[in-house]
Amino acid sequence: MSARAIKVTVNGVAYERSVEPRLLLADFLRHTLGLTGTHVGCEHGVCGACTVLVDGDSARSCLMFAVQADGARIETVESLGTIGQMNALQEAFHEHHALQCGFCTPGMLMTATDLMRKYPLASDDEIREGLSGNLCRCTGYEHIVRAVRAAVGRAKDAPS
Amino acid sequence: MTEQADLDLRPKLIGARIKRTEDPRLLTGLGNFVDDRQVAGVLHVAFRRSDHAHARIGPIDTAAAQAAPGVTAVFTAADFEKTVKPLRATSRMKGYYATPIRPLAHDKVRYVGEPIAGIIAESRYFAEDAAERIAIAFEPLPHVADPAEAAQRGASLLHEEAGTNVLVAREFKRGDVDAALAAAPVRVKARFRMRRRTPLALEPRACVAEYDRSRDALTFYSTTQVPGIIRDSIAEALDLPGHRIRVIAPDVGGAFGGKASLYPEEIFVCAAAHQLRRPVKWTSDRMEDFAATGQAFDEIIEAELGFDRDGRALALAADVVGDVGAYSIYPWTAALEPVQVVSFLPGPYRIEHYRGRVQAVATAKAPTGPYRGVGRPTATFVTERLMDMAAAHLGLDPKEIRLRNFVRAEDFPYRIGSGIQWDRSGFAECLTAACDRIDYAGLRQRQVQVRTAGKYFGIGIASYAELTGIGSRISVAPGMPINTGTETATVTVDSTGAVTAAFGIASHGQGLETTLAQVIAEHLGARLEDVRIVHGDSAAVAGGSGTYASRSMVLAGGAATLAATAVREKLVNAAAHLLETAPGDLVARDGRVTVAGTDRWVTFREVARAVYAEMGRLPHEARGELAASKTYDPVFGTTTSATHIAAVEIDPATLEIKIERFVVAEDCGRIVNPLIVDGQVHGGVAQGIGAALYEEIVYDVEGQLHTGSLVDYLVPSACEIPPLEVVHIESESPTTLGGFRGMGEGGTIGAPAAVANAVADALAPLGIEINELPVTPERLFRLLSAARK
Repeated sequence: MSARAIKVTVNGVAYERSVEPRLLLADFLRHTLGLTGTHVGCEHGVCGACTVLVDGDSARSCLMFAVQADGARIETVESLGTIGQMNALQEAFHEHHALQCGFCTPGMLMTATDLMRKYPLASDDEIREGLSGNLCRCTGYEHIVRAVRAAVGRAKDAPS
Repeated sequence: MTEQADLDLRPKLIGARIKRTEDPRLLTGLGNFVDDRQVAGVLHVAFRRSDHAHARIGPIDTAAAQAAPGVTAVFTAADFEKTVKPLRATSRMKGYYATPIRPLAHDKVRYVGEPIAGIIAESRYFAEDAAERIAIAFEPLPHVADPAEAAQRGASLLHEEAGTNVLVAREFKRGDVDAALAAAPVRVKARFRMRRRTPLALEPRACVAEYDRSRDALTFYSTTQVPGIIRDSIAEALDLPGHRIRVIAPDVGGAFGGKASLYPEEIFVCAAAHQLRRPVKWTSDRMEDFAATGQAFDEIIEAELGFDRDGRALALAADVVGDVGAYSIYPWTAALEPVQVVSFLPGPYRIEHYRGRVQAVATAKAPTGPYRGVGRPTATFVTERLMDMAAAHLGLDPKEIRLRNFVRAEDFPYRIGSGIQWDRSGFAECLTAACDRIDYAGLRQRQVQVRTAGKYFGIGIASYAELTGIGSRISVAPGMPINTGTETATVTVDSTGAVTAAFGIASHGQGLETTLAQVIAEHLGARLEDVRIVHGDSAAVAGGSGTYASRSMVLAGGAATLAATAVREKLVNAAAHLLETAPGDLVARDGRVTVAGTDRWVTFREVARAVYAEMGRLPHEARGELAASKTYDPVFGTTTSATHIAAVEIDPATLEIKIERFVVAEDCGRIVNPLIVDGQVHGGVAQGIGAALYEEIVYDVEGQLHTGSLVDYLVPSACEIPPLEVVHIESESPTTLGGFRGMGEGGTIGAPAAVANAVADALAPLGIEINELPVTPERLFRLLSAARK
């Protein structure tokens, strides 16, 4: 199969790479760019571990080919805060013990980021509904819901 | 001030709600999972797996695959005939047959998904392309899918040399159960079924063997809970000394027992890397995980429980058939899950007469292995259903019948009919606390009201006890090839004063890097941030097994306590010379050794420099290495108990079962970190709710897997799991060092029974019993249709 040239912006950095048409976006991010924060849990679009933002909308990077992202702006977990300076959502996950093994966490964070940008998340039911496309096997979701609730509250209190 | 008084005064690290030290790396995409490793020149594996459940393997034509683009090598079983020794999960159990465990299927395949050939290529994409080009001539053999049929004489045999499909049969008994049942005025009896499931960690299994040509050695990164066991077994299979195979479990994305066994793929990757003298990597996809990761449950239980007229249990009899799948999993044996069902059936109750018989039957399905709770979720489901059935029969409230039958405070230690001994644990206290939290009396009143309005609303209680932190006197299979009863901690203060504590356990979500640091820092007198925990590495300690069976805090925490205390004494002795005072006047805290009641102190760093670096500063006897290695054995283990209560409402139109409230009251002894205990309970309950309502591995009569993806195998999302409430009853354990009881599995043990009882309670007006889990809408529809006829 002949490789194709693509241009993508990932976490604000522009990349030009030559990829095989069948290369999954998840594999491109992880193995071509070395951004291993995005995890692959099922490769059939159910578990949500590979969730990234493509042009501002959450998407399953295991259900996209890298060539489909040509020209797109992608955000991964590496675009959020750093170890020394985590963002409010990451801090809320830390404070509320919203992660155990940490495998679903990058996908959860990216989905929650997308939800918080777009929706008021006024009730826990709304948060649960929003997160229902991301599976977690460790936490029973209780602490994740509390963390997102806290992050939403903090964002509301912050001066705009 | 005495040292003890000082210890009592300062803020405790053990028991504190400390945020996890693991979190920052995992929250910022810097976790180090096996598949994240970038290894120069690594080759990738794809397996050609069986699409037959039971067949003889004829000629395998690998020529086209060998010639495919990017392919380095193709292996079949014949290529390992001389280089890999088959392993067997041996045991002294009478009549037990230990099946051979090989990297690839040899002569026969025994389940759909069993690896037959391994393709090694430059990328996984190339390897998968080539896998399709392998031609295998199968000779199909008769189906062996139904465990009852497979146990019969004359059934087609999976392992001909065993002479039977019954890999092991055992019986536990006390008293005269037949006579006691015959004399019992009240008896309840049913046939229960707990369907097969899979642990389903979100991270699929993966491993990479990195080969060191300079010394013919392997460093093997694997998503395993048991690096010590994997090191020992690979060393045996490849006939290498232990120092030439190092097994590392880096960040592991959940496991729940599914990563606690040795897998053929792990042997394959090590053997291939060793033979090719190249790094070799395999990452399972989700389909492979469904087909070939150790599954769980799958028991049929016929049980009868007899009572006197006051509702006191007299005798319990049970016959259990466990469908264990195709192999006796290494190192746990096929006895693991079904035998523990009969071990725990008597539960937290006084039942004088008991008989539990069990058969572990091989079928042409993926092998079963450890899964969170091992046997206890099924045992609790059966016993707690029988308790509710008896309560209904006797006109007693489900709460009351349990209170009448619990082992009482004055009975501890109490030995149940299977031989397991309970030490003091808050059986009744948990039930009472759970009822208080959920307002049990109020819920019962509400139930009466909503029932008159035609709604299906039910409340279900499940109480259980479990053996945790198991020591060397108890083995899941007598004579099995590993020691599960001890753990070692090595605590070192290096020449900079930094503290490193190394363990044989392997945390994979439990937060042990945080909780073990809490234990070490408290007993050493160090600052929490100065303590580094090393785990998940077979080279960390000489011998260790890993993290499973709710053991790590009890065993590793006990070893940590011993080792940290020994190192503190060495620090204090050296500091006594520096401060020119008696050791008894010194206290170690916050990384300093202080003359009690004064502001005179030296830092750990200063003590370390004096010991290691500054020649002549200390007399010879005070210059011993600031290190200690201690092994802890809790001998028998300890008892953890809990009560779960679920309140459910069933939609009469869709038969959706909505869990409205879920309360757990648990006694895990002394809590190291309440944040983490809550998280462990929540996660366990969510998996238990999965077992009760959603999760089921389905094989058809031919042994074909029908639930090979997350579209067919339903995992609860945030919408299916209700808010979870946890009450802690903290009673100190009399038998373990530090008073810790294990608590990683309990959530999964109680929840299926609580939900089953709640659903049965909701449908009680229709006389429907819930004796099979998961209770899917389809099963419920059939039960309702039958009841309405």
